Amino acid sequence: MEIKVVRKVLDVNDTMAAENRRLFAEKNIFVFNLMSSPGSGKTALLEKVLARLMPETRCAVIVGDICTTCDADRLSTTGVPVVQVNTDEFGGDCHLAAHVIRRAANDLDLDAVDLLIVENVGNLVCPAEFDVGEDKRGVVLSVTEGEEKPLKYPLMFRVCDVAILNKIDLLPHLDYDVDLAEKNILSVHPQALVYRVSAKTSEGIEPFVEWLRARTAEKQRKI
Amino acid sequence: MHEMGIAMQIVDIVRQAIPPQMKDVSVEAVNLKLGKLTAVVPESLRFCFTVVTKDTSLEGAKLHIEELPIVVQCRGCGFHSTIDTPEFKCAQCGGPDLDILSGRELTVSTIEMAEET
Repeated sequence: MEIKVVRKVLDVNDTMAAENRRLFAEKNIFVFNLMSSPGSGKTALLEKVLARLMPETRCAVIVGDICTTCDADRLSTTGVPVVQVNTDEFGGDCHLAAHVIRRAANDLDLDAVDLLIVENVGNLVCPAEFDVGEDKRGVVLSVTEGEEKPLKYPLMFRVCDVAILNKIDLLPHLDYDVDLAEKNILSVHPQALVYRVSAKTSEGIEPFVEWLRARTAEKQRKI
Repeated sequence: MHEMGIAMQIVDIVRQAIPPQMKDVSVEAVNLKLGKLTAVVPESLRFCFTVVTKDTSLEGAKLHIEELPIVVQCRGCGFHSTIDTPEFKCAQCGGPDLDILSGRELTVSTIEMAEET
């Protein structure tokens, strides 16, 4: 005998993500989910970005790692409220799930936040699958990682609205074809916005910061 | 990497779907639809399913995975294409603006129960 079910396996997460999205919309908060492989420079990028956005845009960060509070400690020096999530409590998860974001958001004063950035666990696979209730998604790819990464991890690059090619200050020392990397990103996701930046020297950061400012302002006008 | 969590979710869905009067009937198979544009490795998922069902009422149930291709529709010319390479463009006009019709599925479709004796 056969029982018909037809249920999405990630139903529970998707439902929670929809609830998060409602909560963030109520509070006029633009939510940006930032993902990448480990070591691509998410935290370094955010340190620079937050310094430019604050205090005019009121930011907050939820940062996920399997262990440690190193990233939260670094980001706290910018004066931005930071909540560190350690997924080892949740079985060492390789991604942040919607219910984890909800719990972390309870530790923030959401009435005093315009832009919430989720710095996801470093991983190009799993976080792409888990909606956390964000408005837009971004992926950081550093130029030390290989031009073919977007082709190897198509889901991640397909689901992200923005791709940030980081560490361009290293290009003179590398045999890296940055145009090929961009071409590969656009092959998987022709509508992706690509920014070339150096979180170390701040080169190229401003257009990305401006994009975040504009999206945040747009979200607030909608209400 | 998160196949264990997904296997546990599948088990939850199966348990909730079985009507109370059939609780003692053994589950022979769980049929899952899995799109190619998901971050799930079928082999790992089968392995994890075996692990999480061990010593439970679902022990021995097979996990049948039907893999679905990535099918898109071009917003420009309306053509349906199957995407086999990580190059997302319309096979007819080369247009980049595509709606994904299938390939993102991760869905429990049916459960096969043993015949009652």
